[in-house]
Amino acid sequence: MDLVALLAIQVLYAIASLALISVGLAIIFGMMRVINLAHGEFLMLGGYAAIVATSHGISIWLSMLVVAPIVVGIIGVIVERTIIRFLYGRMIDTMLATWGLSLFLVGLTTAIFGNTTVGISAPLGSFQIGAYRTSAYTLFVIAVAAVVLAAIFAVMRWTRLGLIARGTMQNANMAAALGVNPPRVYAITFGIGAALSGLAGAVLAPVSGVFPTIGVAYVAKSFITVIGGGAAILSGTVSASALFGTINQIATFATTPVFGEVALLGAAIVLIRLLPQGITGRFFRRGL
Amino acid sequence: MNARALNLLGLGLVGAVGVAFLVLVPRLFELDVVLELTVYMIMAILALSLALIWGYGGILCFGQSAFFGLGAYTYAIAMFNIGESTIPLLLAIVLPAAFAALLGYFMFYGRISDVYLGVITLTVTLILFNSVNSTAGPEFRIGSARLGGFNGIPGIPPLNFPGNKASPIDLEGMFYLATVSLILTYFGLRLLLASRFGRIIVGIRENERRAELLGYDPRAYKLATFTIGGALAGFAGCLFANWGNFVSPTIFGLAQSAQIIIWVIVGGRGTLIGPIVGCIGIQWLTTALGANQPSGGSDWWAKIFANAPLILGIILIAFVLLVPKGLVPTLGDLGQWLLSSRGKRAKTRLEPKRAEEG
Repeated sequence: MDLVALLAIQVLYAIASLALISVGLAIIFGMMRVINLAHGEFLMLGGYAAIVATSHGISIWLSMLVVAPIVVGIIGVIVERTIIRFLYGRMIDTMLATWGLSLFLVGLTTAIFGNTTVGISAPLGSFQIGAYRTSAYTLFVIAVAAVVLAAIFAVMRWTRLGLIARGTMQNANMAAALGVNPPRVYAITFGIGAALSGLAGAVLAPVSGVFPTIGVAYVAKSFITVIGGGAAILSGTVSASALFGTINQIATFATTPVFGEVALLGAAIVLIRLLPQGITGRFFRRGL
Repeated sequence: MNARALNLLGLGLVGAVGVAFLVLVPRLFELDVVLELTVYMIMAILALSLALIWGYGGILCFGQSAFFGLGAYTYAIAMFNIGESTIPLLLAIVLPAAFAALLGYFMFYGRISDVYLGVITLTVTLILFNSVNSTAGPEFRIGSARLGGFNGIPGIPPLNFPGNKASPIDLEGMFYLATVSLILTYFGLRLLLASRFGRIIVGIRENERRAELLGYDPRAYKLATFTIGGALAGFAGCLFANWGNFVSPTIFGLAQSAQIIIWVIVGGRGTLIGPIVGCIGIQWLTTALGANQPSGGSDWWAKIFANAPLILGIILIAFVLLVPKGLVPTLGDLGQWLLSSRGKRAKTRLEPKRAEEG
């Protein structure tokens, strides 16, 4: 029984971390049809931002939840203004340019921070489930994921900003005719997506540590989550994370973490073959 | 001069440069330079494999290194088990080709769009990287070959003359083999692209729907192109495993995949000579920047210029934004513009797209 509870928490954690690392990408891809291959590096930068801020005496909560998203959000806006905006409508070229950006950022952080893993210890200690102990930080990550998803839902559903964003997503020309400025919406969207990636990278930094090439570990997982999810940003991310997170955790439990990841990636390929439009292309079509 | 004559002139020029290179390099340079040039030749074959499937077939494969690595690993494992290199060499071509065919069947017959195709090939590469990386334990062995995980497989026996185990190919022999292979690959691909098959795959790249309505099955043609590309990359991988007598999982890594894409982008999609030029140029550049550090040991130089990801990233962004067609087609356009400004405007416009001929 205790083992089941422990496994349930682990599965929930796998789902939450997948959703967290994917949601920034999902916003950028879903709203702008831009595939950002530097997404993993945005997460990495979030981790570094949190660690640098913490080492300068800022409280760990503040640096994870405030400093990291702001720093990476600003970087995102700069990237959008200097690279992405010249490439709208050229999907392949955007992928290539952002891949270049990804290499560039890996090189840059290696030059600044060196090719070593830096970490911050996870706060909150651990708690007891029957005969097992597990990190309380796990629950914190799950809570952050839930809050982020709820906040995105609220913003998209009930605010003017969300209305403008959804309108631009559906029909940019029509939105422009009605007085919206699409380039501005795109810049803001890209910034928000980057900020959420920074937040995710910072929140996961105590778990995994941070090193310049950590983005590679994230990027494939978040891509297949977004693509497996399909067009709808929220319901797609949540349903794909739930599916892949469960597969990943159960395979990890049965074998090793490495084969857990291989099972996740393999399942994703099968899913894309079966549902080329993603889960929300077939189910939950009216979701947000 | 009409297009056909130009085309023949270009072919002759490439052949002459290739033969001159083959004959002169071992006579003019020390063995270390020859060794360095050998790996450039091997990588150029890899660049050609992507030039075919992406530049001509329009299939954006982010995981060409998967086939390259598979070829290298197949050769290494088969070599330890068999000991005579003819069958391992063939396996290193057939197995990646079969893998490409399987993956291609999955993707093309599933009618997956370009963008997803990129992501799937990327994912497959990462799966291979993760799986092979975690096989360090002694229990992971195929026959008498240990997979070695992140440590890789050292001491791979070199190729030998077919059928004669006792006469392995030496370092200079490797140079000849790699260079001749590259030249043959180039002309082989030119021949393939000039054939009916080549015309059809370019037609599919230009307009898939139209090709389909004309009665060609794009899925089958793309699958064939992808399989040929996989076989070529596997062959390059086999030569690479021979060159260093070593193979490790980084061969499947994203950095390797990115490099192949960069060679093709820099040289130019839709040409064959471009990716060769791009490959050799980029490799030379990264080697030179890494090696030629100024004396005095200034730290920042090593951090910036010997930093391959940083340099490659800047090159990739710059080319996508500023020279999206790549060097060779851009130079071709420039040449054509110079010609036409001498009053041959009308005539040059009627010529076929030059990018297809390189």
